[in-house]
Amino acid sequence: MPRDHVTVGRVMAQIAMVMNLDKCIGCHTCSVTCKQTWTNRTGVEYAWFNNVETKPGVGYPRRYEDQEQWKGGWALDRRGRLVLRSGGRVRRLLSLFSNPDLPAIEDYYEPVTYDYDNLVSAPAGDDMPVARPRSVLTGRPTAITWGANWEDGLGGAPENAGGDPNLSGAWAEKVRFEFEQTFLFHLPRLCEHCLNPACVSACPSGAMYKRVEDGIVLVDQDRCRGWRMCVTACPYKKVYVNHATGKAEKCTFCFPRVEAGQPTVCSETCVGRLRYLGLLLYDADRVGEAAATEDDQDLLDAQRGVFLDPRDPAVRAAARASGIPEDWLDAARRSPVYDLVARHKVALPLHPEYRTLPMVWYVPPLSPVLDAVDAAGGDQDDPDHVFAAVTRLRIPLEYLAELFTAGDTGVVAGVLMKLTALRSYMRGRALGEEGGEAALAAAGLTAREAEDLHRLLAVAKYADRYVVPAAHKEDAAALTATEDRCPVESPGGPGPREVMLGIPALRRDTPAGGRP
Amino acid sequence: MNAAPAPLPAASTSGADLLLWVAVPYICLAVFVVGHVWRYRQDQFGWTSRTSQLLEHRWLRFGGPLFHSGAFMVIAGHVGGLAVPGSWTEAAGVSEHVYHTTAVWAGSVAGLAMVAGLGMLCARRLLTRSIRLATDRSDKLLFPLLAATVVLGIAATAAHNVFGPGYDYRSTVSVWFRGLFALRPRPEAVSGAPLLFRLHALSACLLFAAWPFTRLVHVWSAPVGYLVRPYLVYRRRSAAAGRGLPTSAGPGPGSR
Repeated sequence: MPRDHVTVGRVMAQIAMVMNLDKCIGCHTCSVTCKQTWTNRTGVEYAWFNNVETKPGVGYPRRYEDQEQWKGGWALDRRGRLVLRSGGRVRRLLSLFSNPDLPAIEDYYEPVTYDYDNLVSAPAGDDMPVARPRSVLTGRPTAITWGANWEDGLGGAPENAGGDPNLSGAWAEKVRFEFEQTFLFHLPRLCEHCLNPACVSACPSGAMYKRVEDGIVLVDQDRCRGWRMCVTACPYKKVYVNHATGKAEKCTFCFPRVEAGQPTVCSETCVGRLRYLGLLLYDADRVGEAAATEDDQDLLDAQRGVFLDPRDPAVRAAARASGIPEDWLDAARRSPVYDLVARHKVALPLHPEYRTLPMVWYVPPLSPVLDAVDAAGGDQDDPDHVFAAVTRLRIPLEYLAELFTAGDTGVVAGVLMKLTALRSYMRGRALGEEGGEAALAAAGLTAREAEDLHRLLAVAKYADRYVVPAAHKEDAAALTATEDRCPVESPGGPGPREVMLGIPALRRDTPAGGRP
Repeated sequence: MNAAPAPLPAASTSGADLLLWVAVPYICLAVFVVGHVWRYRQDQFGWTSRTSQLLEHRWLRFGGPLFHSGAFMVIAGHVGGLAVPGSWTEAAGVSEHVYHTTAVWAGSVAGLAMVAGLGMLCARRLLTRSIRLATDRSDKLLFPLLAATVVLGIAATAAHNVFGPGYDYRSTVSVWFRGLFALRPRPEAVSGAPLLFRLHALSACLLFAAWPFTRLVHVWSAPVGYLVRPYLVYRRRSAAAGRGLPTSAGPGPGSR
């Protein structure tokens, strides 16, 4: 992006993620490994820092995208100023005693464990012993009636998926009533580590912060006083209350790994290899302005306008002046995230209309459209059929636009056509056919760009997907603070314990001792 | 330093009075102060309101605001009644009758709000199984103690000032209370007060002693600074690590 006419302000680096949704098979490996790493503790059994939702679907927690109900994110007031949708500062302090917009445990689901002990300790008998579910909250046998992805693969969708807040337009009626021609895809979600985080802005005690060095949004557990305003303010509902400690917890972007130059656990273990990690440089002085862009549909371009081209000498000079080290600048130049988000523009943010400037972006899935082509008797491999379908088959397009572009179908269609053209061109090349260039040019790609994109999206080598620069030696002293112990140590763990008056002595009468 | 020495407790002050109205209050105050310093330095992680709204919100929706707004009014009333001598309000042109009427009316409203709110908070804690199981030892100390203090206080007001002939605690209990802070204890001033007032004062002393070891510490973290700070908070990694591990998940010994 040529930016020489604009003065570059305060340059900051952000470690960001892109997910290629066409490759997501909904295996939940990311969610499970994340849970094993971060939330397999009492108090956060119900919390999934990373979860995979089936779309269309109501999501987790239920209908979290309905901001009329949950009041997450930012909005513009009558004078065009950016305000938190949940209200101003005074209003927030007045709701400290009872937060009217906080999801209840039923909106997530009741966490359970199982009577595993019964499998080995049951007396000999005619029947197989079973492990019955027990509520972790009450210790009593319970029926499992909801979960973090209850409608996995559209199971139960006719009953529930109509509640998807994205199905609000007139076009959505068709999605509800013609499920024979339905479509689905999986949407892995984690904290967006936003440039304009609403949770940080809503935290009354100032316990939440965005790290200057890498943009990771964290909760300082020592300063959190449990006012739970962050949960309401986050439109993605990715801050959780630990009901045992009464404190907020959220995705850490696996900062101990990222500091060591390793990808996050969800990325590392992704079976479909659909995640990309890399640096983005951005102009911190223009974040507020971009988030206050008047038209929802202009927010995507406004956010892209905040990102800086790491190859631009002016940007590099400004970045050095802002204290960004040389190897980070090098990593920013090699960033797959910058390529997908800003250069090829095939990645889109989730719900830009929330105005938090989210930093986990998605390459929209082509599969719903391809399925539609098949259903209409067309040929998936013929770009003309697919192009026609992209423009004609409105339903999946409208739906994707609700998710990624604040309803602007043109942008989504452009990305899908680019992906189609890329497929057809690379297929032609592999088969020794000619003539794919026309489709490429129509989608706004050169042959060189197509090869780059193909290498990123299809070949997708480990080293190309994850370009994570390690934290700096200068910070070594600070980092050793985390080195000699587990960052999620629970009370009673190894080492001398501190006073923990605030921690309840957990006496759940489950055989598993309350562990999920 | 020529001020006349405080009148020594007369012979009429018994040993029991000295214990109850001098020793106990000072011990409780000392525990209150030292306990807070100790806990603030040792237990930042446990320093929280311990919200349970996630588990139960129907009772809390009314009980929480009711209790807290009542508590604010009750605290303000106690400051006015205990710390401010009657002569000051007289000098400000507020007659005893006006003071008394205002105090009884406002105090009754505030007290009832606090009792009703606390009742709801206790009810949800007892009736909601998930919250009952998450109730720790400090809560089991705090809730009965707080409830006893509040109930004794409103009972004393009701028995003597609403339905009774009226009792001028400002010339007795308040004198004792101010004497404690002026380091001139006046145990004889309170020892003759009606039983309900004396029990209320004693349970309040115990409540203050228990304060630093319970969730009541969240009172001192009332986030008034939020009104003036910038929305976005940025922090350097190194600065954060210097003052303990700022992880999002779980407690750690930190670098203290």
